[in-house]
Amino acid sequence: MAPSHGSEIPAVETRGLKRVFKGARGSPEVVALAGVDLRIERGEIFGLLGPNGAGKTTAIKILNTLLYPTSGEARVAGHDVVRESAEVRRRIALVSGGEASGYGILNVRECLWMFSQFYGVPRVEANARVDRLIATLGLADLAKTRINRLSTGQRQRMNFARGFVSDPEILFLDEPTLGMDVTAARELREFVLQWVREQPGRTVLLTTHYMAEADLMCDRIAIIDRGRTLACDTPAALRRSVEGGQHVELEVLGVPEGLADVDGIPVTWGAPHPERGTHTMKLRLADGGRLPLVLRALDARGVAVRGVSTRETSLEDAFIAIVGRGLDDSEAPR
Amino acid sequence: MSQALGTIAPGAAPAVPRGPRNRGVRLFVQTLLARTYVRVVGSLREPTWMISDALFPNLGMCAFVLLYRALKAPASYEALALIGGVLTTYWINVLWGMGAQLYWEKQQGQLQLYFAAPCSRLAILTGMALGGLVATVLRSLVGVAIGIWVFHIQVAPFSPWVLAGVFVLTMVALYALGMTLSSLFLLYGREAWHTANALQEPVYFLSGLYFPIRTLGTLGMVAAGILPLTLGTDALRQVLLGASAHGLLPLGLECLALGGFAVLFLWLASVSMRYLESLSKREGRLTQRWQ
Repeated sequence: MAPSHGSEIPAVETRGLKRVFKGARGSPEVVALAGVDLRIERGEIFGLLGPNGAGKTTAIKILNTLLYPTSGEARVAGHDVVRESAEVRRRIALVSGGEASGYGILNVRECLWMFSQFYGVPRVEANARVDRLIATLGLADLAKTRINRLSTGQRQRMNFARGFVSDPEILFLDEPTLGMDVTAARELREFVLQWVREQPGRTVLLTTHYMAEADLMCDRIAIIDRGRTLACDTPAALRRSVEGGQHVELEVLGVPEGLADVDGIPVTWGAPHPERGTHTMKLRLADGGRLPLVLRALDARGVAVRGVSTRETSLEDAFIAIVGRGLDDSEAPR
Repeated sequence: MSQALGTIAPGAAPAVPRGPRNRGVRLFVQTLLARTYVRVVGSLREPTWMISDALFPNLGMCAFVLLYRALKAPASYEALALIGGVLTTYWINVLWGMGAQLYWEKQQGQLQLYFAAPCSRLAILTGMALGGLVATVLRSLVGVAIGIWVFHIQVAPFSPWVLAGVFVLTMVALYALGMTLSSLFLLYGREAWHTANALQEPVYFLSGLYFPIRTLGTLGMVAAGILPLTLGTDALRQVLLGASAHGLLPLGLECLALGGFAVLFLWLASVSMRYLESLSKREGRLTQRWQ
């Protein structure tokens, strides 16, 4: 865990955080968060990983004072998000991937300046800060371009800059590189890492769909699913928790309905390949020597194996072992 | 990307982040001016808006002036139509530029950024109003120019201070109504939109924008008297035309009522905005563009 910088008060702390949404038109209520406990120290880059519907965005909204919790407690920089929401807002910023902030009629520079004013940044400081962000984030050529003329990637870059214009104590990045090209995403990741490194005490809470991004950036990661925290540790510790085996992916054809294990070994399913009519089967073997046995067992059940690959333990393996499926994985094929 | 970022927060990095300064009156004024800027710049950068917002609303006024001329009506009727035409520009801005704005912000996904920022929501609304007002002054001058230079419309001698005072009071009441409408539009979404659309022509009619309001009769005058647009139009006519304005109520009383409307609508705007934010947090909607 990254050290706390001179303060006992964590950047973010939740206790038994629960949020239930009313069902629409008589449908049952939805439990988005079912009692989440988190403690994020100042100076950390903390990742929140979970499949769709795990509760990540709900948690981010509560911490950004956009949503009341149904029960439990959430504190940001020591302030209660419900009772002291104004104090919380003075210390945070939120960047969501794919958002469309700003007015199309303004140019990039004006838009960033406008948001700096909503956060009370003094005029001289705001101008200087906007100029530096524009230069650092590669927006110099676009500074006087109207927002409605930016490409999706350029606009995302500007949104990213907006998150830093108030120089927040705690920055919430909700899928910040969503839809970005590889180079732009890498540059923005480097920017965040540098920002935290150069300004001790600044904290980032990141949700992402990209395992490699979380692995690369985060000091610690909490894995949540169905509104509950399933694990919380450093990426290395999470990987170690499932080490000691061989991770195997098989491309298979003719899967019996509801196949959940092979020879007693649990399997998870990746995305299907409709053009080839195959599925990706993922399993972890405690002993690599068991692979031939698995292949024979599949053959005996009429499953044709079209491809085999093995690899090192990744954060995704840890995620699958903990959650029971991958971020984008489906359930067993039907 | 390799440039040092330490300069984002000048000076040595603090062990514990410094206390934020973003609060109070200063933050309110900064927010207000920033949101005003968007409106003013926006209106100057889009030439097509000048045609739709400045020229088109004056066509109705031109039609009435020509009609009164053809009927050989008293000259003051032409001035009545001119004043009504100028105020129509503001009313359109209040209805669509103010009332519909938060709904647009939500559709753009921007509302949640406002709600997550430390700035006052009322400052944003006020900035929207002030920006809309400043931008519309430029547009309404087109109507005045048409009246003076194309139709050579005459007004009675007037005090510029009284005119300015009545105009400001009218605008505060109108834009405060716009701030309230803004929250209501957001609460009721498309339904409110359709309602406002349906009410547009009746409001024009009841406000007597192109004719003396007295011609509506007692019942019509009572109904019209509850609209700040009616009182503002009538008060401005009284200042500019004197007795030939066929005034609805004494000028002092109309100013008092406009002041009351301003206070009432500002209070309603503040209350409805707080309610809106609370509802949004409770139900988890309104900040979502698809809800």
